[in-house]
Amino acid sequence: MTTRTEELLLNVGPQHPSTHGVLRIVVKLDGEIVTEAEPVTGYLHRGTEKLAESLNYTQIIPYTDRMDYVSAMTNNYVLCYAVEKMMGIEVPERAQFLRLIAMELQRIASHLVWWGTYLLDIGALSPFLFAFNDRERILQLFNELCGARLTYNYMRIGGVKWDAPEGWIDRVKQFVKDMKSHLDEYHNLVSGNEIFLSRVKGVGAYDARTAIEYGLSGPNLRCTGVKWDLRKNEPYCIYDRFEFDVPVGKNGDCYDRYYVRMEEIRQSLRILEQALEQFPPEGETMGKVPRVIRPPVGEVFVRIESPRGELGCYIVSRGKAEPYRLKFRRPSFVNLQILPKLLVGESMTNLVTILGSIDIVLGEVDG
Amino acid sequence: MQRYWDEPLSWTNAGIFTLGAVAVLAVVIVFVTYAIYFERKVIGWMQFRKGPNRVGPFGLLQTVADVAKLLLKEDVIPAKADRALFILAPALAFVPSFAVLAIIPYGMNLQFADVNVGFLYYVALSGVTTISVVIAGWASNNKYALLGGMRSGAQMISYEVPLVLSVVGVAMMTGSLNLREIVQAQEGYFWNWNFLPQIIGFGVFIVSALAELNRTPFDLPEAESELVAGYHVEYSGFRFAFFMLAEYVYLYAIACLTTLLFLGGWNPPLPQLDFIPGIVWFILKFLFIVFSVFWIRATFPRLRVDQLMGMAWKVLVPLAILNILVTAAGIQWFGWGG
Repeated sequence: MTTRTEELLLNVGPQHPSTHGVLRIVVKLDGEIVTEAEPVTGYLHRGTEKLAESLNYTQIIPYTDRMDYVSAMTNNYVLCYAVEKMMGIEVPERAQFLRLIAMELQRIASHLVWWGTYLLDIGALSPFLFAFNDRERILQLFNELCGARLTYNYMRIGGVKWDAPEGWIDRVKQFVKDMKSHLDEYHNLVSGNEIFLSRVKGVGAYDARTAIEYGLSGPNLRCTGVKWDLRKNEPYCIYDRFEFDVPVGKNGDCYDRYYVRMEEIRQSLRILEQALEQFPPEGETMGKVPRVIRPPVGEVFVRIESPRGELGCYIVSRGKAEPYRLKFRRPSFVNLQILPKLLVGESMTNLVTILGSIDIVLGEVDG
Repeated sequence: MQRYWDEPLSWTNAGIFTLGAVAVLAVVIVFVTYAIYFERKVIGWMQFRKGPNRVGPFGLLQTVADVAKLLLKEDVIPAKADRALFILAPALAFVPSFAVLAIIPYGMNLQFADVNVGFLYYVALSGVTTISVVIAGWASNNKYALLGGMRSGAQMISYEVPLVLSVVGVAMMTGSLNLREIVQAQEGYFWNWNFLPQIIGFGVFIVSALAELNRTPFDLPEAESELVAGYHVEYSGFRFAFFMLAEYVYLYAIACLTTLLFLGGWNPPLPQLDFIPGIVWFILKFLFIVFSVFWIRATFPRLRVDQLMGMAWKVLVPLAILNILVTAAGIQWFGWGG
């Protein structure tokens, strides 16, 4: 009898604990080595962009919450920012601060979710619960701010819906203080662990050129050493008033992506500290906005730095209350495109490590 | 017990053997029930959670409820599975795990069977479980299960080598593989115990034992994040319970073995503590090992499969051989051991 070997076609997902949602990857395995991988997306497609064409601008905001549901505040912001830019609406000082504080808290919350789930992918249980403990405090703060824990619908065109309640700023200050020491603890627990380092160092590496060619952004780009952060390079909101660094990696591997995200938490805390110090004691939270929002005929494209990368919003207006066309540049979707290239030649174990390090949110990938 | 082994087989001692086996089984079942509870509580405590606290006082009946649920579940066998092997695998996993407990001495005279080659018996029987894992992976006719089963086979076979080699040092110092005699040779206090002269062997033994148990950081066969649940992905109900049971019974066996081989068994650590009976010391050391295993689970990430193999063959085996060399030198020139 002659023996025959053949490749194993394995269907990872859409129900799989490590695809972080309903991503499906069809992989061909030679033993445990991936020879070909093809991500299949669309299981969570809800047609946000099409739906938006029959909604007025304020009604679209709750839909943006549901795109990147781990980071809803930045999604809220990008839509409001685009419309404000089109109509030339001035946003009051206090609202700007509230937006910035909300977005930076959201960045920390989002990176914490990533940190916890990534370590869970690698097989460590506890970091997940530690991260969610801290994230819970952020959600609690958001809950006090706008009455929701995940889909906030907090920002409005021209400002924010709710002012900060009594004592909220002090509670955020306390959180920033605690989070700083917790971050050091997290580094102590995980960052130097030999097993962890051997799992992530040198895995899934690419260089800056490849990253740019694939259109990667956010930590996935910065891990290769490209210093590109829209908060610094094209400041929006009031980011130009604060001092912070843009952490970059060198080798573009999973460890550098890990390191960049962890440092970003530290930088966000720095921004928050300054913002909370300068927070205006009183003022309006809504600017002067016409009753019906009808941007002038034309188009606009804005982009901001979401925790996952460059989040863009493109609006074509025909002067009506609804957009003629709305398009989001969703960083998760773009970042995911490099996955098939990274996976070839890696083992099943590294598949999970690499996919996790790209940090996708399926709500955003599928739009 | 030894007395009955020496007599010819009659109805009386057959009955006594059966009773003894049932007693060991009962002890083990109670251990497994509360080890799972303890594990969940310990890990909950380390993760700022409460752990189970709803069923019974302090959640003490949680595992009982879980087991009852598993037993009452519908018995599902996948349509394309290899039926005979699928049914055989859980039994094959459990039977050797329980059989190895026969040789473990809990005190000077508290032992079910006093076997001359006790440790060898353990290694030989526990090896059978590897087969059951490979069978389970194959018979499920599931790709994840197959990958998990293959990984498990490779892992358990690889780690058995350093596990056995690490104990050779102890055997050389004692001149016996009989577990009771190994403890007797460590008569005295903690400076007489094997873990000091055998520190390399002790380290290798602990690492290989964790790998043999498929526990963190070596829990690759059931790596949830990659292989969903590994070789037992298609198992549910009481067949799944059997795999779980086997895993925890091995935890029991390994914790006992570590205590016996390296930590002086039932000997107290200091002369001032002589008044406490030996069985208490045995249980304390045993619980310490069990606790450490849970502690490690709460702390470490998982190794990658190629690193796992590299570690067994490139690190642990050479270290274990070095340990044998050091022990031989110690016996030759420094008069270690009897």
